[in-house]
Order: sequence, then C-alpha cells, then structure tokens
Amino acid sequence: MTDRRTADPTPERGAPATPSTDGAPVAEPARGRTTLLRGGGIRHVRWTVWAQRYGALAALVVLFVYNAIDTPFFLTPQSLLFVLLRQAAPIAIVAVGMAIVIGTAGIDLSVGSVMAIAGQVGATLVLHDQPFLLAMVAALLVAAVCGLFNGTLVARFGVQPIIATLILFIAGRGIAQLITGGALQPLANPEFQWIGLARPFGVPAQVFIAVLVAVVAWLVMRLTVFGRYVLAVGGNEAASRLAGVPAARVKLLAYVISAALAGLVGLIAVSANSASDANNVGLGMELDAIAAVAVAGTPLTGGKVNVWGAVVGAVLLKLLQNTLISHGITKEVAQIIEGAVIIGALWLQRHEA
Amino acid sequence: MTTTVEVPGGTSRGRRVRAGLLLQRQGALFALVLLLAFGAARYGSNFATGYNLSSFTGDTAKYGLVALGMTFVIMTGGIDLSVGSVAALGGVVAIKVSEHGLLPGLLAGVAAGAAVGALNGVLITRLKLQPFIVTLATLLAVRGLALNLAGARASVAAPGGFQKLGNWSLLGLPVAAEAMFLAFLLGAAALHFTPWGRQVLAIGGNVDAARLMGLPVARTTFSVYLLSGALAGCAGVFLGSQNGSVDTAAGLGWELTAIAAVVVGGTLLTGGVGSVLSTLVGVLLLQLIFNLIVFENGEGSITISSYWESVIRGAFLLVVVLLQVRLVRRRNATGRTT
Amino acid sequence: MQGINKSFVGVPALREAHFEVAHGEVHALIGQNGAGKSTLIKVLTGVYAKDSGHIEFDGREVAFPSPHAAQLAGLSTIYQEVNLVPFRSVAENVFLNREPKRFGLIDWGRMNREASALLHRLDINVDVTRPIYEYSIATQQMTALARALSTEAKLVIMDEPTSALAEQEVQTLFRVIRQLKSEGISVVFVSHRLDELYAVCDRVTVMRDGRTIEVRPMSDISRYELVSKMLGRELAEELSHRRADDGGAVPDRRPVLEATDLRRGRALDGVSLSIRSGEIVGLAGLLGSGRSETARAIFGADPPDSGTVAIDGTPLHLRSPKDAVAHKIGFAPEDRKTEGIIPQLSVRENLTLALLPHLRRHGIVDGRRQAETVDRFITAIGIKCSSPDQPIRELSGGNQQKVLLARWLCTNPKLLILDEPTRGIDVGAKRDIQVLIRQLADEGLAVLLISSELEEIIADSDRVVTLRDGRSVAELTGDQISEDALMQAMATGAAADDAGPDGTSSGSRA
Repeated sequence: MTDRRTADPTPERGAPATPSTDGAPVAEPARGRTTLLRGGGIRHVRWTVWAQRYGALAALVVLFVYNAIDTPFFLTPQSLLFVLLRQAAPIAIVAVGMAIVIGTAGIDLSVGSVMAIAGQVGATLVLHDQPFLLAMVAALLVAAVCGLFNGTLVARFGVQPIIATLILFIAGRGIAQLITGGALQPLANPEFQWIGLARPFGVPAQVFIAVLVAVVAWLVMRLTVFGRYVLAVGGNEAASRLAGVPAARVKLLAYVISAALAGLVGLIAVSANSASDANNVGLGMELDAIAAVAVAGTPLTGGKVNVWGAVVGAVLLKLLQNTLISHGITKEVAQIIEGAVIIGALWLQRHEA
Repeated sequence: MTTTVEVPGGTSRGRRVRAGLLLQRQGALFALVLLLAFGAARYGSNFATGYNLSSFTGDTAKYGLVALGMTFVIMTGGIDLSVGSVAALGGVVAIKVSEHGLLPGLLAGVAAGAAVGALNGVLITRLKLQPFIVTLATLLAVRGLALNLAGARASVAAPGGFQKLGNWSLLGLPVAAEAMFLAFLLGAAALHFTPWGRQVLAIGGNVDAARLMGLPVARTTFSVYLLSGALAGCAGVFLGSQNGSVDTAAGLGWELTAIAAVVVGGTLLTGGVGSVLSTLVGVLLLQLIFNLIVFENGEGSITISSYWESVIRGAFLLVVVLLQVRLVRRRNATGRTT
Repeated sequence: MQGINKSFVGVPALREAHFEVAHGEVHALIGQNGAGKSTLIKVLTGVYAKDSGHIEFDGREVAFPSPHAAQLAGLSTIYQEVNLVPFRSVAENVFLNREPKRFGLIDWGRMNREASALLHRLDINVDVTRPIYEYSIATQQMTALARALSTEAKLVIMDEPTSALAEQEVQTLFRVIRQLKSEGISVVFVSHRLDELYAVCDRVTVMRDGRTIEVRPMSDISRYELVSKMLGRELAEELSHRRADDGGAVPDRRPVLEATDLRRGRALDGVSLSIRSGEIVGLAGLLGSGRSETARAIFGADPPDSGTVAIDGTPLHLRSPKDAVAHKIGFAPEDRKTEGIIPQLSVRENLTLALLPHLRRHGIVDGRRQAETVDRFITAIGIKCSSPDQPIRELSGGNQQKVLLARWLCTNPKLLILDEPTRGIDVGAKRDIQVLIRQLADEGLAVLLISSELEEIIADSDRVVTLRDGRSVAELTGDQISEDALMQAMATGAAADDAGPDGTSSGSRA
C-alpha cells in the first residue's frame, strides 16, 4: 500500500520544505527521514544500518555454526545439499525475481499460480510425447505471458501491483487445474525431470540452477542498463521519467522476469515430485519469496535490489525452519517465529531513508 | 481526454463518472439477479429449495463476515491479509474453550480474533509499518499459532454442543447466515449513520484532509483492524462448528476471496468509497458461481469443473479493477487542475 | 503576530516577522517562494510551533497545538490544493467530524439542509448529496469556505485560492469575500496575481527572507512598488555581466528552439519564445506566471494542448521526456528532491542516468566509459563527493545540482532547460554553476534559464522573455535588461521598451 500519510498537508507549490532565501548562504539541510550521521544518533544509525545490511547473513552464519556443533550429521553433503539447499533453491529462484519486482516498488503475488501453470503445461506436453525441450520452452513462454499480463496491468493501466497480481493469483491456479482437469499426472521422463532430479557432480540440479540464476541476475543488476533503470524507477519514478527512462517498459520487464523464473521453478517442482499436481505446486510460494526478500533487508518500497540477500534470506528461512523442527519445535511454532522475524526485519528498515 | 478547460459545474463529465460508479456498484447486483434467475430457470425446483438456500447461505456466512471486516479496512486505504489465519485461530480457540460451554467458546473465538486485529492495528498505527506486510507476517505467524494450539495433525474434533451451533437454524435459515445478515445490516448502519463510519471513508479518501479536519486518524484506523480481526474470529467460530473441526487448510486463501468480494462489490481499493451491502452482494455473487457449478455438474449434461470457479472469480476481479482504473483516472482528471 | 521566529534545522525561516489583520479586513500576504509566508501561516494555524514570539487572536494570547484547535477557535484555512475528501458528498465535507446527530446517529436530513443553507448563503446552489469531486474547483473551494463558516470562523486564510479557478469563478470568490467582509469576518488572501490583490484587498503585507518588509493600504502602493518590495533590491555581492560581447553575431545564428503559442489548461495561455545556439534566454515572471509549466511543456513532460515546438527548424511532437532526450534536450527540474535525484543511488548512477542508452553495448553498461565520463565531469564541474559511489542524498544541495547538470551535459545536449538551478544552494556553489552555464553557452549550448531571482536573470541572460499569467508578454535584449524594465513587465505586462526607464516614475518610493 502506498504510504500517503507522510506527506506534508500543505506544501507551498514547488517550494522546498525548508525556506532557502534568495541569495542567502543556505546549505540545504537534510530533511525528512534522511539519516544524519552526526551527533548522538551516529551509533544507533550505524548499528541498524549494519543489522539491516548483514543481519540476515550474520543470522545465517550463527545458525549454521550452531547446527554444525549441535545437530548430528548436519555437516554432511546429504544434509546440506539434499535437505537444506535443495529445499531452499526453488524459494531462492523465485525470491530473485521477486527482488527485482520489489526493486521497482512493486510486488508479485502470482508466482505460486504461475508455477502451477508452467508445471502443468510442461508436464502435459511431455506426457503427450512432445520433446522435452519444447515442453520446457513452452512452459516458460506461458509463464512469461502471465508476467506480461501482470506487467501490463501495473505499467500501462496503473493498477496497484498487489491487486494486479492478485487477479492471476486467484485465476491462475484454476487455469492450471483446468489444463488437466485437476488430476495428478505422474511423470516418468528422465530428460524432462533432469532439472528436478539430476545430480551432476553429486549436487542437485536445482541448486546449480539457483546459483546460476542468482549469478546472472546479479550480473544483470550490476552491469546492464536495465539493472540501473530498475533501481532508478523504484527509487524515484518521477525523476526517472524526466531523465528519459522508459519507466513503463522497465516495470513490464520486471514482471515478465519474475513470472518466467516462477515458471522455471514450477518445472523444477513438477520434476522433483515426479508428478504434476496443480492443486499444490507453488502454494504459499509468494509469501516465502517475499519473506526471503524482506528478511535480507531489501526495502519493500523499492529502489534497491539485493540478489544475494534474497538467496541468503531463502536459505536462512529454510534453515531456521529446519533447525526449529529438528529441535522438536513444531512447524507451526516455527511459522510464528518466521512472522516475528519478518516484522523485526521491517522494523529495522524503518531506520533507513 | 486531458484536463484542459475547467468546465463550470463539470456535469457532463460528472455524469459519466457517476454512470461508471453506478455500473461498477450495481453491476454486481445485476449479475447476481441474472445468475439467480438463470439458476431458477435451469434447475427449477431443485435450485429454489429451502435446503439449497439454507446450505448456501450457511456456507457463505463465513466468507461474508470476513469480507465485511475487509470492507472497512479497504475503505481506509489499508488491507488485511491475515483474516484467513485469524479465522483458523478463532475456530481452534472456540473449539478448545467450548468444553466449558458454548457461549464462552464463542466469545473466546471472537476475542482471539480481536486480539490479532489489535496487534495488526498497533503495528500499523504506532510503528507505521505498511498494512500489507504487517498482515502478511501475522498471516504466517497466526496460522502457526492456530495449528500449534490445535495440536497433533492440526485437527480438533468439536464436542457435540458446539457443533449444534453450526447446524442450528432459526426460521429456516442457519444461525450463521442470520449472524452474517445482521452483521451486514449493523455494518451498513454504522457506516452510514455514525461519525465513525464517515471517518473511515474520510481517511481512505484523503488522509491529510482527514487529519486537518481533526479526525482521530490513528484511532479509527486501529479500530478497523480490530473489527476485521474480531469478525474473522467469528467466521472461524462458525467454520469450526459447521465442520466440527479445524484442519490445516482452514481459512487458507480467505483473504483473497474476501478482497475479491469487496472489490467486486465496488469498494475502491485505494479507499474512500464503498458500500457494505455491495460487499454482501459481491460475496453472494462469487459464492453463487460456485453453487451453480455444483448444480451444473449435478445435471450431468456437461461437466464444468469447479476449477472454473477461481478462473471466473479472477475474471470478475479483472473487470472490476479495470472499471475502477477508469473511475480513478476520471476523478483525477476532474480533481486535478494544472 | 509579533516578533515571530522559526527555524528549521538551524535555518531561519522567519526572522522577527510580524503580521496583523483587523476585524472585517481583507488582507493580502505576498512574497516570493521561500519568503516565509507559508511558514507564517503554518505557525499561525498550529501546523508548526513557533520558536519565539507572540501570537494574539481576538485579544487573547494563543498557541494552537494543531490546525484542528485553530479551527475550533475560529481560524480556518483554505488551501490552494483543496483539502476535502473527494468521494464524499458536499454536505459531508462541510460537516465531517461535526455531523448533526439525533439519538447518537447522524441526522442526514438536517445535515443536508444545513449544508444547503450555508452554501446558499454563499450564493451557491448545488445538490449537496453529490460527491464533491463532481463539482468544479470553485465549488469545492466554496464548500471548504462553507465548512469554515459552519465553524463560526472569525478569520479565514486563503492560500492561493485562485490559482485553479477560471475567470468567472474568481469573480464568484471575490463576491463571497466581500460578503464575508461585510459580516465582519476577516480574510487573509495569499495570491501572486497582482490584479486580484488590487481587486479585493484592503491592506497588504509584503514578506521577504522571513521578514515583514512592508505593511501598507492597498490603495497606497503601486504595482511596480509592490513587485520591487517583493523581489528586494539588495544586489548580490558582485555580478558578472558576462553577456556575450559579440552582441551582433548571436542573432545571426539559427534558432535551436522555437516554441510558438504554447497553451495548456489554464497554466499556459500563449507562450512563444526562441533560443539560438550559444544563447542564454532567461524566463522571468512572478510565481504562477507559467515558467515551470513552459519548461515542462517544451520538454514533453506535460505536453501542450496546442502550439508548436520546433527544434532546429523541425516541428516536433514531444509526448514524453524520452522523446525530448532523444532530440538532445535536457531539463533540470525545479524540485530537485522529488523530480531530480534518485536519492539512494550513487553519484555515478545519478550522473549517467540520461546517458545510459549511449553507454550501452549489448545491453551492458560500458563501465570504463561510464567511469571516465563521471570522473571527467566530477573534476570539470567540481563536484565534491567522497567517491562516485557515494549516495547522492548525502551530498549538499549545490553538489546535487551539479550532478544533475552533469547528467544532461554528458549527453551533449543542444538545449538545456534549467528551472531554478541555484535555488537553495550556497553562494560558492551558486557562483560555480552560473559560471559554468556561461561557459557552456559560449561553447554553443542553448540555455533556457528560469529563476525567481532578478539578479540572476539579469546577470546571466542574453535575452529575457517575461511571462505574466501564462502568456509571454515582453522580450528584452542586451542593455534593455534591467531590474526596472523586468519588474515593469512582470507587474503590468507592458513591454519595457515603451515604458522604459519612465516606469520608475510610477513607483514613488523606489
């Protein structure tokens, strides 16, 4: 939701909030919520900035070390690769796309439904004896079209991102179910299921893919014009437009990327389960992905994209959950703690401009 | 067109906007009447039976109560994603406490919901966090809490007395349905006839103006989240009593059903405009689609899978959202000048 | 109000300001942007707390803790951007928070009747049950006024109430103001349209630099004098009249920009201007005369409804800033914070934002060229930052402005539009920027310079186009450019070459 509450009720038109008198030697004072690194505030601000930037990573390290000491067999490839990372990889991939959308000051609630659609499309084509590559490409294309739909509503029609993506969130699962009439489709196609079952060099394929996606996304955000535009549009859309940035196209593309990544994860999920289940694939994924992004300190107000933060957030939340569960704390209590962690991360964010 | 000349009175534009508003608000009612007529014509006496009416309204009551709370929240320009989880919590708490009697159980369920609503309200008004993300976090946490309370495999068999509440009916309608209709009537009256109702709309319409006019913005905002929580808790009580148990899937996705019902009813998502009774129409309409699909399959001639339900819901939402976009653009064109 | 002081983060906004309104008086309050009139009003109405001073209202010392408290005491404010709730009915907007009740419930019948009666008193007859957004701005303002009257206001403050009104609506407002006056209600009228001040006000208070400069009966002060009081006459330290010496050569060059008869809504009502390469054209005019609107129209940010913009003799239809950028136009907007900088991005990213399409190779930013460009401009313009990676929000206003200038300069533009490039900037940086602009023009850049500071316009421009009420009314060249001539044009719209130095005679106390 947009925060309309902070606006000064009566800004003099075009005037700066602080009066800068004509010709007088006035240095522009910092206003609003800018962090002034001075005086007594310095420690507090530094602490929260640090916590915000590295908090998730630090928490991950602490949890990791704790588990390494306390949990038997934690430091085995089986436990690390096949439990923790394999479970975290799909969330991480979706979270990377989500981070980009959030960077444009948007949000994508439809990722779970898009996963289901893409999974169904892919599985159905393979079951109808289509080549596995065609099935995959078709699934990703369908996912991208979903993103195009979201992006069009947001960028061209100016619909709030929450609502725009809510439409596909609701309708998308129904569409996925309609593709096969909701029936569970068992799969047995090793080539197609490579992305969910293979373990090249003894590492699960989805972990490879997650790392690859993160590296590519990181490079895109760092190196490309699109990456800069995302940050500019999310940081100050009005200023970006005046600088000639094609804001609508940038937002559109962000939603397409998010949906395509969700489609990819849909294929992974279907492959890993050896069955396509439109009712359950991707259920709750939007929450996991948003939580992963938020925990890593990416402000939901846009203007920042922290790709590795999203990955760390995904692994952290998974490890936290696993740790709690392995200590006899139920999955349900783990969820409560997860909620508290998100609120805490948000609270920390408030300290930054 | 653009905002070139200030048409004195602005009536022609105003009339068009008004037509848009009318279509958007009453469109749901037209659709509801049409679908009802269609159902009555096609399925005849089977459709119009007391049994169908009573099971339909009884089932709809839960969503209705949640959507009512959501209506007020959205009118202030906020959102409450936690309602589904809160309903689950309310159901579990009610079942637990109902061992000590029916009334304590009912009250405890509502109170548990209100407590979560109060937590949301405090986080939003005091810490000034975004409603979307606050209620997303409580969605997660409260579901965890509910399932934890429910114990092993998250399902609670309710004792006989409590289940009666769900099956109980008065004058041919289930008590849950009567509670829903009563709640909507009270809600509509509160919105229309109390200063509180006007404040809710004013805050959503222009929070700065509301503050300048001296309205208690924080208190009213808090109150809508409190109300939404309490109503969701109440919905949970009915869920628990109707099903006799609350399981892991209880209340899943209710928030989105509720938002869709509110929007289909014509309440503007950006806040400031809305009608309580239109939300009722929205809820009934969305549920009726489901009901008709069940009937159609009962006919056996063709099978429309129930999956169409969510697709149709989504399509409804799309149409309404696009209508709203037009309306808001018009409003901006009328209101803005340079 | 006596001896009011108010500072923000150590920067004084009001210095010993004083202000007095009599019963049943219509009092004009004028001053430039940042002169302190808005702050004064906000201190009076309880939006801000004063640092020191003394406020008396109706004979009693007061300090309102909130605007609401001020309203209850009989002091209502009607803001330029109407502060009403758009989707609620007229009657509701009049009575929000004070709804007439019966048995604790809102009595709609009485509410609608009373709202109708109140508006009728203002000679407005509308259906009070319709949402307020369906009505014209004038009616909306009347509703705000009716709300004020229903609270039994003794003093009504109108902050630029006419800026959005059409001519006949203005007349309605004036009629109502006169009526208020006859009922003994005082009105404070803030406007930049001098004609309106003379039409309706009894006395005027002029503010400048947070001080009260002048309090005079309206009938006692000429337009020219009013403008000169408002703009101030103290000249800046030392002005470099570095106008192009080859005065004859410049006009021979072909115009880079020709804008003809631009119109948009009520803001622009026929603006024409041209700029040749190597020329700095100043755009002068009072607040609200359409300066920024002209800039935005040329840049395609708010495309004009009619009129043509031609670049290098080719008429163009610029529908968005992107089009303008593609045609090598740059625009540094007035409000640096909301429309200029991307606060959390680094100096480097802010500086190269407009250049990115040219730094792209297969979609990837050429980091080396980017770094080169950034380094070159940081040294050339003298941007003070710890490194190009420093977030721009940590820079001073002057350095932020330099980065924004560099954002356009690195695209090698033909035309640069600068809206208040030196506002809120310390003297040193201001000087740097002025010198820079002149250098650029000498290298062939065409510059459109908008400034509220006459000295800046006079010192830096080769030619000055003056706007008044959204229309270009006068054009001054070379030696014609003087404070007197400019003020004359801004105040009366008369081209100064006719009035010339004689214009001073109308101001008895220059």
